[in-house]
Formats: sequence, structure tokens, C-alpha cells
Amino acid sequence: MSSSVIIGQYVPGNSLVHRLDPRTKITIIVFYIIIIFLANSFLSYAILTAFALLSVLLSRVAPSFIMKGLKPVWFLIIFTFLLHLFLTKEGEVVFRIFSLPIYSEALIKGTEISLRFLLLILMTSLLTLTTTPIAITDAVESMLNKLKKIRFPVHEIALMMSISLRFIPTLMQETEKISKAQASRGVDFRTGPLKERIKAVVPLLVPLFVSAFKRAEELAMAMEARGYRGGEGRTKYRELKLKRLDVLVFIFSLIVLVVFWISRS
Amino acid sequence: MEISFEHVSHIYQAGSPFEFRALDDVTFRIPSGSFVAVIGHTGSGKSTLIQHLNGLLKPTDGVIKIGDYEISADKKLKDIMRLREKVGMVFQYPEHQLFEETVEKDILFGPQNFNISDAITKKRLPEILKAVHLPETILSRSPFDLSGGQMRRVAIAGVLLMDPKVLVLDEPTAGLDPRGQKDIMDMFYHIHKQEERTTFLVTHSMEDALKYADYCLIMDHGKLVMEGRPLDVFKEVDALNQVGLDVPEIIEFLNAFKEKFGFAPSYKGQSMEQLAKEMAAALKGGANHE
Amino acid sequence: MEQSPFIKFEHVSFQYDQGDEWALNDVSFHIDRNEWVAIIGHNGSGKSTIAKLMNGLLSPQKGEIYVDHILVNEQTVWDVRKKVGLVFQNPDNQFVGTTVVDDVAFGLENHGVPREEMIKRIDTSLKAVNMTDYYNHEPHRLSGGQKQRVAIASVLAVQPDLLVFDEATAMLDPKGRKSIMNTIKSLRDTRDVSIVTITHDLNEVLFADRVIVMNHGKVLEEGKPREIFKKQEELVEIGLDAPFVTQFSKHLKVEGITFEKEPLTHKEMMDELWKFHLNM
Repeated sequence: MSSSVIIGQYVPGNSLVHRLDPRTKITIIVFYIIIIFLANSFLSYAILTAFALLSVLLSRVAPSFIMKGLKPVWFLIIFTFLLHLFLTKEGEVVFRIFSLPIYSEALIKGTEISLRFLLLILMTSLLTLTTTPIAITDAVESMLNKLKKIRFPVHEIALMMSISLRFIPTLMQETEKISKAQASRGVDFRTGPLKERIKAVVPLLVPLFVSAFKRAEELAMAMEARGYRGGEGRTKYRELKLKRLDVLVFIFSLIVLVVFWISRS
Repeated sequence: MEISFEHVSHIYQAGSPFEFRALDDVTFRIPSGSFVAVIGHTGSGKSTLIQHLNGLLKPTDGVIKIGDYEISADKKLKDIMRLREKVGMVFQYPEHQLFEETVEKDILFGPQNFNISDAITKKRLPEILKAVHLPETILSRSPFDLSGGQMRRVAIAGVLLMDPKVLVLDEPTAGLDPRGQKDIMDMFYHIHKQEERTTFLVTHSMEDALKYADYCLIMDHGKLVMEGRPLDVFKEVDALNQVGLDVPEIIEFLNAFKEKFGFAPSYKGQSMEQLAKEMAAALKGGANHE
Repeated sequence: MEQSPFIKFEHVSFQYDQGDEWALNDVSFHIDRNEWVAIIGHNGSGKSTIAKLMNGLLSPQKGEIYVDHILVNEQTVWDVRKKVGLVFQNPDNQFVGTTVVDDVAFGLENHGVPREEMIKRIDTSLKAVNMTDYYNHEPHRLSGGQKQRVAIASVLAVQPDLLVFDEATAMLDPKGRKSIMNTIKSLRDTRDVSIVTITHDLNEVLFADRVIVMNHGKVLEEGKPREIFKKQEELVEIGLDAPFVTQFSKHLKVEGITFEKEPLTHKEMMDELWKFHLNM
């Protein structure tokens, strides 16, 4: 299985970040993502970076594991950096690479954009690393609950999300299994011209769809057998309660927000 | 083809919190033409082991030889198609790999990937269909309209048509009823015997291991804990129980019998009929008591 | 306690599509309260169709099905589903929740059970299947046998009067199989519940009170396990396999060994042989 993709992979633990209510985490991250685009001074970036590093520290997820997980994203980050480096033509020429002038603004812009990108990915993967997918679903359902009044299908969406989450590992295993079976029959997924490789996907996708449909059918039957008939009249086992810890973290984040605002130039 | 493992280890997701050592220093040598049963409970490393046989997995450590093809930890796999053509894999629930519009296309899919000429496949197709007990009329039908048992036979036919020298079977009878199980196993045994094929059978059924295999590999926690002829392996009841495995029912019964009566016919793979004869004689003729 | 049957099938016929062969053809039988009935048959004999008819997942084209005196139809089906719990074959495709505890809660949520009550019932039913150590485990970290035990707990939590196991062990390894059979046995010993096990593994019917043998959509035979196993040839003919003890005892009888009682288990056979031995 792909071991390097960590987005969506929960690492069990009991750290401060793990124990936070998922709504707290989602709210903070949403705000974080917004204000990251408002940062404009060295200090403001430093504050945001410090906040992210502090979160990582408190989550007690091994930094080496997070770094490894960011591997596929590094390429994008570096690519964005280079793009800005060569395309921005403002400020003074700082130095030249093979007679290609590099401007001061380019360096600053490139660093800024890559840093934003990096922090954004870091914080969102921290959310999924410390929060079970189901907790995220619960949080979304709870935060969207008000929308029920306007007939927005909150329950159905939450159920769909949780069932998809439930079946992602199953389908990944299935994909792996089928691709191994087809590889044994001489399908080459890795080399050859692009056209051939696209063609190689058909023997993988067809069985995958067939099996997913079969699973869906059986699951629907199992759900019905256990008395499922829509959101009406259902009670809920999971309930979310904000704790003192959440309040404290909120207050702290608010302080950081204020300091951040002051630090902007 | 002769197959050997030398100090083979395999670690999944090395360096992550999910690191898992699935094979741990496994060494064995299987002569060409053997029927090998790979036994162990779920998570013992059996599946990992067999996936090394056609290079689906590469060892983290050690060297594997399949005929003259060598797979080692530090070298890149070269010309992997040459290996995969020789090693036919029948995975658990092989019917899940079907995807073509017709049975014929699906059966021919593998051989075409390996560039086996149409002349050869066309010639062999009727033989293979006969071997898996499918009528030729089935060729034009969609594989998805068939019964579960037929689908499995189609998938197996697709592997057999490549004429592999090594046949790897991962619980090929899972989910079938008793007659279906027996039919499939008898069929594989027949195919095994036909040419000097080497067969690996991953199974939970000690009965099947006893009946078909001439060599057993017993796996536990990624280690090869026992190996040998089935009759010898199944003598070690305590060692097997230690790794959570039972012995075939017939041997279990004879052991219990011996415990209670102080004597028992010795088991050499004879039929139940023959065994009943010996037991009856022993029970009636008091002379055998000492 | 009432003596009338808990489940009654009266001349039930069912086909999946019009023009298809009848999956069930004029089938009648009953299941009593607190009875363990095993339904056996080869793949495609109609035995799984019976399970789905029992709690209204399918409805018959002909005949009537009664559950606890209630005729199963569109109006009553939700009540029937509270009384009849189903455990299916594929451990993955019936695990709805993202964790063990969510899965057990799912059925309770559907039936509108209050949260306090839910917590209690989840606890007792996970205890009953010996899975209390796995509360927050996700399904992909459980073995097949463990997933099936969660499925049983999920069904138990709703407190049904009948548990139907539709080939619940068919996709498991021997260890998982054993754990499910032990769970079923302990349920039967500890609570008032009827049990139906549907299987093609004859080793699993030894503990049932009664066996119904299905063949091509019809009831072929009905009786106590001991009586059914006497008809070995018949079982082999319809694609089943008699257990080792039954097969071996047949061979021993040919050799002139006599049994007072037809043995079913190793122990019974050993005792019978011992008796024979002493009389020699």
C-alpha cells in the first residue's frame, strides 16, 4: 500500500491535540487558512509558523513521520517556489543563474507562497493525523445542523461521508489485490508509453466497480436488515461536548490572532 | 522449477509507526515438481511469502531463486515478465479479477500480455476448458452472467492457459460448498501431475494438505517454524498447537484413540476404509494389545 | 411460554426475477421459540433466500410467512426486523460503522433507542461476544472473525428473539470459525433466543436441535442431526459432505463393529468403541 500518503491517516494517541473537540480543531484550522493569506510581514509569518510548530509538538506525532508524509507535496512546494523565482520580475536583481536574473521580490514572493503552502498542508494533515475521520464527520454534521431547517440533508451527507470513510481502506485493499492479480496476468502498470498505461487501468477499474457495486448492494441490505429507514426518528450515539480544554485553546488561539493582527505591517 | 528462499525477510512500511515484519529470515528449498502446502493462520506471513514467488513483492533482505530467475533485495527486478509468465497465480476469490466482455477474451487476456502466439493458445484452449470442466459454449458469454463457481473456473482457466511451470494457489476453494471444494482441488491435483509443475497451495485445511501435498511449510509470525513431509509434520501435535494449528481430524482421532486404548493403527496415509479395517482388527484381536 | 412456533413458512415460493427458476418452491416449515435449527444445502439450494425472507428483505410471490404470529408484509416489516436479527456472510459488507462501537450503535440509533440505554446495551452485547477490548477499533484492523463477532453484537443489541446466521462463517479461517461457533453456543446457553444457522459445513450442525436439508429450492429432509447424518449417501449426493466421525463409523460398521448409539463427536465415538472393546 502507498505508505507515503499521510493525509487521511489517523495516528492514535492521547495528546492535547488528540483530545480537542473536532469542532475546535476545524474552526481553528479554517481561521488559520484564512489568515495565512493575510500575513504580510516577517513577524506575522513567524507567528503563524510558530503556531504550527507548537501544534505539531503538542500532537506528539513523530516529526519524522510528518516529514515523510509531506514527501509527495515537497515537489509541489519547490515547483511553486521556482515558478515564482523565475517569473517575478520586480525589485532589484540579487544574483544571476546562468545569466538569468533573479529579482529580490521573486525570492520573497517565492518563499512566501511556498511557506503558506507548506503551513496549510501541515495544519490540515495534522487535523487528519490527530482526529479520527468519524470525529471529523461528526463535527461537520454538528456544525451544519442548523441547515436542517432549510431541508438541507445533513444526516444523509454525514452518513455518506462516514460510510465512504469506512470503506476507503477496504477499497484500497481491494485495489491492491486486483492490481496484483492483473500484474500476475502480465499487466504492466508502471512502464510503457502513456497510452498503454491508460489501457492497463481498464482491467483494474472494471473489477473494482463490479465489486464496489456488489458491496454497496450488500451493505444496503445489511443496513435495512438492521432497521435503517432514513434519518427520521433516529437517536444518536455520538455526542460532542466542548470541554474546558477547548475553551482554553480557543482563548489562546484568539490571543495569537490578536498578536498576529498587530504584527502585520 | 526448483525454488529456494535464502534468509528472506520482508518489512511493510519500514520506518513508519505502522512498520510490520511480515517475513522473518525464511530459508527453504523446494525441488521441482513438488506440491507444497503453505500453512499458518491469518497474519502468519503466508500471503507475503507467495507474493515473492512472482515478484509482486521484493524481499527487504535475502535472495530468492525461481528456476534460473533470481530476486534479491539489493538488485532491481529485471525482465519481470519472464518470471510472471512462468509463475501462475490463482488468488483468493480469483473471480474478482474478471473484466472482459466475454469469457474467451478474459481467458486469453493473460496469454496475450505475455505474447503467447494465437496458434498455441487456440490449440490449448479446448484442453484447458476441459480441465476446468467448462463447456465451449461458455466462451461467448459475459463472465458476469455466470454463477460464482463458473466465474472462478473461468479465472483459473485464464491462468492455466499461460501454461505456468509454477502454480501458486491462494485458498482456491474459499467460499465453495463441499463438492465444489473437492472438484477444484482434484482438478488442480490433476493439472499438477500432468507436467512437472511445482505447485504452492496456501490453505487452512489440514485435510487438503495431507491429501494433496508432498511437502509442508508451516508459518507463524513471519517465521518458517516447521517444514517437511505432511505425515512427519502432523506427528508434531504439540508444536503445531503451539502456533495455533490443528492436525487433520483423522490424525487427531487416532491420537486420542491411542491415548485411551493404549494402541492404535499407525497412520501412513491409508484410506478411511483401510484404517477402519485395521482398527476393527485391533479391537477384536486382543493379541494386539501389547 | 407459548408453544406455537415463532416462525412459520406456509407454502412459500420465491423467484428473484420473473421467468427465473424458483429459488424456493412451495416451502413449509416452522421454528420454535428457543430452538436452534440448522438449514443446510449446497450453494444455490435456496438456503440464503430463506434468511432474507425471514425479516422481510425479500417478500415471497406465493405463500405466507409469520413471525411471532405477525404476517410479514410492508406494514409489519419494521416490527419484524426488531424480532429477527440477521448476520450475513461477508464480514466487510455488513460493517456499517467506522469503529466497533459505532457499528453496534447503528441498529440502536435506527430504532430510536435513547442514548443512556444505548450505552448499556452496547456494553452488554460486546461483552457477550467477547469484544470489549476493541471499542474504538476500525474494521480494517480487525480479523474476519472479530468483524463477525461485532456483527453479532450489533444484532444482539437490538434484542431480537431470533438470530439468523446466513453462512456467517463461510469466509472465515478455522480460528474465526471456531470463535463464531463458540459465541453462538454461549448465546444459546445464556439467553432465551431462537437460532437459525445456515451453512454447508456439516460440522456446524452438530449442536443444533433440528436440521432442515434444502435441495434445489425444496425441503428435502428434516430431523435431528443424528437422524440426518445416518443418510450419508443422500447428503453426498446433493453436494454435501458427512463429518469425519459419521464417515468413519460407517466404515467401522462394515468391519463388524456395532454402536449402541450413532456417534456424532470424537468423544461419543471413543466411548462407543470402548464399550465395544470391553464386550469383546
